[in-house]
Amino acid sequence: MVATKSIKFLVVFVLALTSFTAFAQDDAVENNLVDSPDEIREYIAHHLKDSHDFHFFTDNASGTHYGFPLPVIVWTSNGLKTFMSSAFHHDDDGEVIVDKDGAQLLKYHSKIYELENGATALSFDEDNHPTNANRVLDFSITKSVFGMILTGLLMLLGFGALARGYKKGKTIPKGFSRVLEPLVIYVRDEIARPNIGEKKYRKFMGFLLTVFFFIWILNVLGLTPLGFNVTGQIAVTACLAIFTMVIYMFSGTRDFWAHTLWMPGVPYILRPILAVIELVGFVIIKPFSLLVRLFANITAGHFVVMSLMALMITMKAAFGPVASTGMSLVLSIFIMFIELLVAFLQAFIFTMLSSLFIGMAVEEHDAH
Amino acid sequence: METLLNDFSIGLFFMQAAILLILIVLMRKFAWKPILDALQTREDGIQNALDAAEKAKLEMQNLTASNEKLLQEARIERDGMMKEAREMKNNMISAAKEEAQVQANAMIEQAQVAIEGEKKAAMAELKNHVASLSLEIAEKVVRQELSNKDKQLVLVDSLLAEAKLN
Repeated sequence: MVATKSIKFLVVFVLALTSFTAFAQDDAVENNLVDSPDEIREYIAHHLKDSHDFHFFTDNASGTHYGFPLPVIVWTSNGLKTFMSSAFHHDDDGEVIVDKDGAQLLKYHSKIYELENGATALSFDEDNHPTNANRVLDFSITKSVFGMILTGLLMLLGFGALARGYKKGKTIPKGFSRVLEPLVIYVRDEIARPNIGEKKYRKFMGFLLTVFFFIWILNVLGLTPLGFNVTGQIAVTACLAIFTMVIYMFSGTRDFWAHTLWMPGVPYILRPILAVIELVGFVIIKPFSLLVRLFANITAGHFVVMSLMALMITMKAAFGPVASTGMSLVLSIFIMFIELLVAFLQAFIFTMLSSLFIGMAVEEHDAH
Repeated sequence: METLLNDFSIGLFFMQAAILLILIVLMRKFAWKPILDALQTREDGIQNALDAAEKAKLEMQNLTASNEKLLQEARIERDGMMKEAREMKNNMISAAKEEAQVQANAMIEQAQVAIEGEKKAAMAELKNHVASLSLEIAEKVVRQELSNKDKQLVLVDSLLAEAKLN
């Protein structure tokens, strides 16, 4: 019940936001603000990055920002500092300097820097890199962290309700749980069991199920006008891939290590070379392929959708407002449907490959 | 590549690691374990039910077969009993008939003996009757002879005729 209510709430919330953002875009066009290719490129690049406040849209006529600030938690030269992101007043160019007990903090291109001693303003080299400020360790509840916490809560609510349903002695789930149960069975029977094997799959189900639904829900959240791009953050996908890597490296059987480090059946002189290749494969290449695949797919999806939306501005001069808007609408709706598929597909592929790698590590070979 | 590395936020990485770790632990405890256990229990239950149904079907088949066999045996037994009964009936009837025949023959014989006795008695009585009649006639003849010879003769004739008629 709680889960269904919260889902309903979320749907209403998302729909409300959709109308808001559409309104905001119209405004932007009328006010001729984000209307040149350079500005659009910058706008997209900004969206693809993580941000320190939750920004829905800006009313350009009055200059009001709609959204809410998020907590900033940074480790500076003076220790841990926490404050709300509203202290930066929506500045992203390093102009507003927040003084926290001697630590001069500023935000430049969605990253928080600490000015070096004595500096009063940010200066740049010719590549637009700050020269007199250092990145700080940033544990802020950024938009991505907020999205991950939201996803975690949704998962706990939804699947917790499913689990409680079973505990009450009902063998057939009711309501929204009826949708979730086949998904759990799908991950177990189509992903984990065939790849890991009947005997050992159970141990890894906690990780695989969590990762599958975590990635899927975050991918879908990224398609809503809330503007999340969590699975398009390379730090997030890297973390997921490293989790997989740690799990299969630590659950490797004696057979796995024997085949990796001293491959039987090949000439002795080749064995050390093969060992190096295999180790590099397991420690670097496989996790890297996982992290890049997810990151690139989601980032590309967001990039394409936003570029197609921008068509209505960039093509306005050539085709007129109606034709350019229609073209942009049709194309972006088409790509949105593909992205909806990609959202599932990437979650599936990540989980599938993770279980495949785990399967390789826990496999027990018969005597050759 | 440089932009990618520049965009890599170590803080976000740690936050993600912490959230994912906590989420895995919580989900395992509160969701995945009970869900997977319940699914396993349900699937085992279904499997057991199917096995039981299969077993029951086999048993049913066996039962039907043995029923059929029993019925067949009963039918054979019934036929045998009926045949026996029919034979017994026939035997009884023929025995009864024989006995009745014997008894009837005996009765007939007895009756014949009785008839023979009666006949003899009747004959004896008839003989006695004839004798006394003859005596009477003779007496009457003797008396007539004593009075008139002619008349005596006529009398004898008439008596004789009478006697003949008698």
